Amino acid sequence: MAQGVLVFAEQVDGSFRKIAYEAVSEGRRLADTLGETVTAVVLGSGVAGIAGELRKYGADKILVGDDPVLADYTTDAYTNVLFDIVKDNDPRMFLLGASTQGKDLSGRLATRLEVGLAMDCIVLKLDGEKIIATRPVYGGKLLAEVALEGTPQVAAIRPNVMEIVEVAEAGNWESISINTGVVKTRVVDKKLETASRVDLTEADVIVSGGRGMAGPDFSVLEELAGVLGGTVGASRSAVDEGWRPHSDQVGQTGKVVSPNLYIACGISGAIQHLAGMGSSKYIVAINKDPDAPIFKKADYGVVEDLFRAVPAITAELKNLKG
Amino acid sequence: MDIVVLLKQVPDTETLIQIADDKTSIRTEDVKWVINPYDELAVEEALRIKEKHGGKVTILSTGPERAVESIRTALAMGADEGVLVDDPAIQGSDALGTAKVVTAALRETGYDLIIAGQRAVDDDGYQVPAAVAELLGIPQASMIIREEITDGKIRCERTVEGGTVVVETDLPALFTTQRGINEPRYASLPGIMKAKKKPLVRKTLADLGIDPSEVGVSGAKCRVVALSFPPERSPGRIIEGETAEAKAAELVRLLREEAKVI
Ligand SMILES: Cc1cc2nc3c(=O)[nH]c(=O)nc-3n(C[C@H](O)[C@H](O)[C@H](O)COP(=O)(O)OP(=O)(O)OC[C@H]3O[C@@H](n4cnc5c(N)ncnc54)[C@H](O)[C@@H]3O)c2cc1C
Ligand SMILES: Nc1ncnc2c1ncn2[C@@H]1O[C@H](COP(=O)(O)O)[C@@H](O)[C@H]1O
Repeated sequence: MAQGVLVFAEQVDGSFRKIAYEAVSEGRRLADTLGETVTAVVLGSGVAGIAGELRKYGADKILVGDDPVLADYTTDAYTNVLFDIVKDNDPRMFLLGASTQGKDLSGRLATRLEVGLAMDCIVLKLDGEKIIATRPVYGGKLLAEVALEGTPQVAAIRPNVMEIVEVAEAGNWESISINTGVVKTRVVDKKLETASRVDLTEADVIVSGGRGMAGPDFSVLEELAGVLGGTVGASRSAVDEGWRPHSDQVGQTGKVVSPNLYIACGISGAIQHLAGMGSSKYIVAINKDPDAPIFKKADYGVVEDLFRAVPAITAELKNLKG
Repeated sequence: MDIVVLLKQVPDTETLIQIADDKTSIRTEDVKWVINPYDELAVEEALRIKEKHGGKVTILSTGPERAVESIRTALAMGADEGVLVDDPAIQGSDALGTAKVVTAALRETGYDLIIAGQRAVDDDGYQVPAAVAELLGIPQASMIIREEITDGKIRCERTVEGGTVVVETDLPALFTTQRGINEPRYASLPGIMKAKKKPLVRKTLADLGIDPSEVGVSGAKCRVVALSFPPERSPGRIIEGETAEAKAAELVRLLREEAKVI
């Protein structure tokens, strides 16, 4: 009979993504409630060295599938291998992150397994041995609770939402034999920024600029983000103006982010922008128009010209740091 | 080249969304319906590929009769044909159910390339395209901002955290769109006139040989059990202060002492 929680721990170029720790921690929490075990899966090439890290988050067992074909993520190879691992381990639940990789992979895998999948979940509850997953729909205007049929129940969790919990180290890792199967896609090029910049979906702090920036010079925001250890984002208007790349866009047709702190500078607060950042823990709005709709959603509002307020905040923070 | 665009009609992003009495669906009265924004990008990219490589662009949707309007809009943009699979038994389908319907229809239309949106902005599912590609047994590339087709191969630049990755595969294949891939054209007046005469076929589950129990609510493996509104954000406070510096100091104090986020 199906038992335990299997978690796919995503790594890229030999480092786990933050979502891997979030997923293993959430798996641990569910397994504790069920009185069962957590098995983590790491796939890649030359990744045995990092696998042990997952013990810190409560993995009882860590399965490492190492193969040059898995060096870069491809839908086919990862689906083939994970399908076999799920069949061999027969877990009750399978968790992974709803990162770009997890979104690409989970739909394919769940279809092959012929089971239900809850995508981009923010809460997983247990109803007996069944997951009830909460996921935002309609750009966050509603929350849907969904139930899943089939075994395992597959849930992809939204990055930056679930807590990372460190526990007393336990468990061990083992390498498993895998078969990458028929692979029809090849990765022919990669353009990845260095680790210096945290992706918006994983950032604790985001400082975003909108049309109020009035041009491509975002240096005041870069400086504030710098002292806060955050990342700079943008509204669609700023992107459409060509001031920022598309990958910086937050919103319904951009990235959905959940930082601890979101600072919106010169952004009016259109519904499509809110769809991307409404689940941030704290929202600060800086806008010179006291009637800007963003103030209705902000925990703290600063009615001021951003070019005055933002440098003043940066200076204040630098002062405190001494 | 036979290009098929998977198109879903969704509520306009500005629309007020209300929960229906059954608590598991939304009220559809007073909703303004539009083409899913990512599917608009898909239509545009299909037209550009056709302009470059020749072929035919088919718009495929499953949904109620009202979806015809969205298909017509895509035809007015320049697509050649439309297919709507409309059957009461499809209502309440999950991603897998929708994918089964779409896949059966694709087997009839034929395809070299399938283009879909990365997500529909109603269910925010990110799932139907991967399910379709899996059921057809063809490769997929998601969230792409650039494609290039040569000699029966396609190269797609996918967006991932912190950058992009280029993947290459053979056709037939499926890819999904990401903002930045193109700016969709508007339907021109002559385009709208021409669209009225373009073929638009309606099909039912029986036409496609699908057993109704496999789709809809009965076939769903992911079922919505309740819809609710997210908790209202508590009304925020406007930071007082004579100068920008005073406001900055007060904000920083609150972020440290009250919110404890920095
Ligand atoms: C289908 C669809 C999808 C969309 N998707 C997205 C999306 O994903 N993300 C997104 O952001 N938008 C999206 N939009 C666009 C959205 O509707 C708004 O147009 C956009 O968010 C507005 O951007 P903005 O707030 O930067 O600009 P504006 O609305 O023009 O607001 C600029 C603000 O800056 C303030 N300001 C100006 N100068 C200063 C200054 N010196 N100091 C302080 N404040 C100043 C002004 O008071 C104003 O409030 C979408 C729209 C549609 C139709
Ligand atoms: N009912 C449908 N008819 C046609 N295509 C659909 C339908 N539902 C979803 N799709 C396609 O799948 C994409 C992702 O949808 P989803 O998985 O629901 O987020 C959409 O952008 C469409 O391209």
